[in-house]
Amino acid sequence: MPIKLTWTKSAAVAVAAIAMSACETVPPQVSANAETVTIDQDPYPSTYAPYPSKPVVLRGATVLDGVGGRLDQVDVLLSGGKIVAFGTELETPKDAQIIDATGRWVTPGIIDNHSHLGVYPSPSVSAHQDGNEISAPVTAEVWAEHGVWPHDPGFSRAMAAGVTSLQILPGSANLFGGRGVILKNVPARTVQGMKFPGAPYTLKMACGENPKRVYGYGGGAYPGGAPYSRMGNIAGYRTAWAKAVEYKRGWDKYHDEGGDPPDRDLELDTLMGVINGEILVHMHCYRADEMAQIMDMSKEFGYRVTSFHHAVESYKIADLLADYGACSAMWADWWGFKMEAYDGIRENIAMVHRAGACAIVHSDSDIGIQRLNQEAAKALADGNKAGLDISRADAWQWLSANPAKSLGIFDQTGSIEAGKDADIVVWSGDPFSTYTKADLVFVDGAMLYDRNNPDLQAVMDFELGQPGARDTK
Amino acid sequence: MIKRLLLASVLAFGLTLPMSAQDFAIQNAKIWTGTDQGLIESGSVLVRDGEIVAVGDGIEIPASVETVDANGRWVTPGMISSFSRTGIVEVNAEDSTDDRAAPNSTASASLMVSDGFNPDANSIDATRIEGVTRIVVALSLSAHIIGGQGFVADTSGAPHSLTDPKAFMFIDMGEAGAAMAGGSRPALWAKLRSAIEDARTFPARYATHDAGDALKRPDARAFGPAVRGQQLILVRVSRASDILKVLALKEDMPQMRIALVGAEDGWRVAQELARANIPVIVDPYTNLPERFEAMAATQENAKRLIEAGVPTAFAYMSRDTHQARLTLQVAGNAVGNGVAHDDAMHALTTVPASIFGLDSLGVIASGKTADLVLWDGDPLEVMSAPDAVWIDGAAQSMTSRQTELRDRYIDLEPADLPVAYRH
Repeated sequence: MPIKLTWTKSAAVAVAAIAMSACETVPPQVSANAETVTIDQDPYPSTYAPYPSKPVVLRGATVLDGVGGRLDQVDVLLSGGKIVAFGTELETPKDAQIIDATGRWVTPGIIDNHSHLGVYPSPSVSAHQDGNEISAPVTAEVWAEHGVWPHDPGFSRAMAAGVTSLQILPGSANLFGGRGVILKNVPARTVQGMKFPGAPYTLKMACGENPKRVYGYGGGAYPGGAPYSRMGNIAGYRTAWAKAVEYKRGWDKYHDEGGDPPDRDLELDTLMGVINGEILVHMHCYRADEMAQIMDMSKEFGYRVTSFHHAVESYKIADLLADYGACSAMWADWWGFKMEAYDGIRENIAMVHRAGACAIVHSDSDIGIQRLNQEAAKALADGNKAGLDISRADAWQWLSANPAKSLGIFDQTGSIEAGKDADIVVWSGDPFSTYTKADLVFVDGAMLYDRNNPDLQAVMDFELGQPGARDTK
Repeated sequence: MIKRLLLASVLAFGLTLPMSAQDFAIQNAKIWTGTDQGLIESGSVLVRDGEIVAVGDGIEIPASVETVDANGRWVTPGMISSFSRTGIVEVNAEDSTDDRAAPNSTASASLMVSDGFNPDANSIDATRIEGVTRIVVALSLSAHIIGGQGFVADTSGAPHSLTDPKAFMFIDMGEAGAAMAGGSRPALWAKLRSAIEDARTFPARYATHDAGDALKRPDARAFGPAVRGQQLILVRVSRASDILKVLALKEDMPQMRIALVGAEDGWRVAQELARANIPVIVDPYTNLPERFEAMAATQENAKRLIEAGVPTAFAYMSRDTHQARLTLQVAGNAVGNGVAHDDAMHALTTVPASIFGLDSLGVIASGKTADLVLWDGDPLEVMSAPDAVWIDGAAQSMTSRQTELRDRYIDLEPADLPVAYRH
């Protein structure tokens, strides 16, 4: 990502809102006459509902199903916001809109599991720097969604590039940057209107250079404050996890035995959610040796890392990552902007895939998010030139199924399978070509982007009345 | 004896030195010439002493010359990256390796970016093996609106690979320049006018004054050629109103040679740019209102400029230190957004050659420098890559530190020795 993001951005977190009242829906074990204190796990709930849609038949397309399959000249039926069927000789509902997709390709919508849209929106002015709560190395109490500006024009550009869901993360300044939020890429007045219904929360953590640079050497002061070193990074994580274990013990005891509840701690609420398996860990980590340390640390405290991000050295330990079961979210070819990115190679994504580990193409960029299909194409081409023999159909997993799995939303989206959300892109041709554009984008079956129809192209609030509003972007 | 030892040690350690020019011919190639010959569907290129001596269908290849059978593959001129910071920084976050900017220097026009050029930078190899043979490199502006003199180099990695150490003077006339000049556009323009005056009156006024109004003595001397039109001035500018002010400056001082870089609003003043024959270097990706001066950014900027007749070159500017290689991908995307394939090819070859006065580069034609690339597919397709690269007629190494890391780790099966012994 832009340099600013490589180390200044990160932040946030947060944790469950506090509902200090009798809870009607979650009866806890308590003594008969006491009110039980519970933590509301969803205090800023999604208000998103699919937009109205008619049944649609995409006719005669080349389909990549996102889980390794490719079908040529087939039809895809979307209805009620869901993928109903795909294949030949589908029964077409009478009221269905028929779209000729001959010569075009249909894929699951792209899912970017590493974006800062909304928290570092356009224009990139000082008032808009809402992605890194750098006030302390551990800010697990802040939540990215509280910094997301839903009017960021970047969301509409990502839509035009076939991105239907995305994770907004705090930046990587902190050891614990805060909670991420998973969104459907739909224009909305509020972030609640974008939140992916039922998606879990995530926690952003960061390895390596950024935390020690921001805190140890921050603000030009030396010494600044812990951490100064990678040793300090690990000590900082472990100290926080140890507190979280105690905090959880307090709540477990309260729920089992009653008595006084523990004092609320928003930071530890999030970390406890990780230990409970409810919050997924997404960790910025470039170097292979550091990822190996982090995997050991997760075992020490009883949690799992769902995905390493940036992961430019995953190719060095792809077998270890496969054994552990962590995804790597990677760029195709970014490298060199700091020491921990020095060993980046173009075959990283393909080599991780080949080892049987979970490979993801991510953007971390408002420019990169606009051509993630091309990033996959580069990785595919370079991997195959190195002899890895990967198909386009397999490579599409890097763009939809694998990121969906890393976000805990693969039951709903990320592949073309009957019953899944109709998050679909119709491409003008082979999406592994530089020249191909997204023609149509459906989110939950609603056509929210049509390249050839300006009425179906969102213009964000900020752009109204500005030079170039309503222009082809 | 010394020479022989040197060669022996090179072989022993598996190092690759840039090879010297050889005579050779590429046959059965699909040749994009960049000249009136257009695209030759099947032809040959003959190279002698680093120079192209013949190109076409049915040219005679002497039997003594080594030949490369392209087997129908594309051959193009070496690609030119029109704007980057390649080769002047190894690791951005490590100040000791970073020669991009001079925030604590009081010098301006006299800064020579080529003083910081390192042909051994790993970004050079990474750029070359993807088909970019020449790079245009500018300083990052940090303290003064006049950022010093940028250079053109080849990507051979050879010790003497500067093509032109004084290719242009770099100036910022937008938001960033305003901040450096004192906090506003009025301050920016006052500064530029003063600097021009200082250069015009050099050395006379410096006989009685230690410094000019805007420039110190060595900077006034260095800025002179640009003001007199003997050196290109590359102006970073975005907003339509700012571009028009630059055009007005050119009208006042017609001797100046000016090209624009950035020019996000260029399409809004394309007719004016075409009339003034001012070339522009754009990043075809730019389509977000990242700054208030770039509100109207669109990926169709390049298409609209080219249709209006503005000489337009391409650069990838969002990550400008290690990724000049992506100039090819941005050009392909420009095609996806309406630019003709042929125009996109010119934007990577003949247009930058013309802007930067590289008369022998950018085309495949008799008498021109043999910077050539043999591709495994359409050069603007993102899945294509070079099979071979020649610079000044010399076949280039197609390895980089990155390919060596790849080869070391491509097989993770346990072996008798650690991976550190694979080299």
